[in-house]
Amino acid sequence: MPITLRTLNLAAAGLLLALTSFGAHADDDEHEGRARVPLLPKYQQECSACHVAYPPGMLPAASWQRLMNGLPKHFGTDASLDAATTKTLSTWLAANAGSRSAPPQDRITQSSWFLHEHDEVSTRTWQRASIKSPANCAACHTRADQGDFNERFIRIPR
Amino acid sequence: MMPTFPSSLHRLRLITGRIAGCITASLTTPHTGLVASLVTACCLPLAAHAQTGTPAQLLATYSQQAGTRPDASKGQQFFTSKHGREWACASCHGTKPTGEGQHAATGRSIRPLAPAFNPERFTDTAKTEKWFRRNCNDVVGRECTPAERADVLAWLLTLKP
Repeated sequence: MPITLRTLNLAAAGLLLALTSFGAHADDDEHEGRARVPLLPKYQQECSACHVAYPPGMLPAASWQRLMNGLPKHFGTDASLDAATTKTLSTWLAANAGSRSAPPQDRITQSSWFLHEHDEVSTRTWQRASIKSPANCAACHTRADQGDFNERFIRIPR
Repeated sequence: MMPTFPSSLHRLRLITGRIAGCITASLTTPHTGLVASLVTACCLPLAAHAQTGTPAQLLATYSQQAGTRPDASKGQQFFTSKHGREWACASCHGTKPTGEGQHAATGRSIRPLAPAFNPERFTDTAKTEKWFRRNCNDVVGRECTPAERADVLAWLLTLKP
């Protein structure tokens, strides 16, 4: 059964990628390291309580491991989880992590691909109250909560 | 798609199987000693994992732990003040948490905290404990005492539409 499901998932992901890449840049999904991964419901539930549930391919396994080991001090806030949940999420993140090198401070927004993709966004745009932080993906990527960062769904708020 | 269970023991390990397991065991097992041990094994862990209740029941628990009567005005004061750190509870939840709040760091919207405006609040014990632990650590730098929890919850329960 796991093999059949996995094959189906891969086929579905491939079809989705083929459909959505029409008219978009070829490197749209490149930063994710692989085809878009359906988010683990528990990961979505816990992480999206405070921010977008970032696609696991946006950071390498080493970064995810450090972040998951340091949840009580997570970028200035206590994001601690119970041991069982931490383990479940860590395992899933490790299995679906990206392949690029770890960015400074394990911040997605400090990754070279992120800076390159956003090099046309001015400092003043980032500072708008409606955006607030480069980590606030959903401010412009209207389908970020579904793990969809396709350029067609970007709307930069005033 | 229903999973198949290789043995009844395996079935009992799954939370969803525990309730069914308890009932089946009590109905079909002739040995009362075994029934008692099965009920203890499968039902007690379930109760510990999925505690639910009302905000009023939780307030009663905190008050009992504190050994004092809850004070809603002290709760409001605690909620809206800083405690030697960068944030107050109100920094994210708003000074009157009857509407949407906004995460002070990420900007993500936060649903109302007052139970009259969001009936889901303070009904899931594990969730309540998780957020008190994290947020008190961020705001106060330690766990909140039962008296502080009781005061804040008492104040939140006074907020009505």
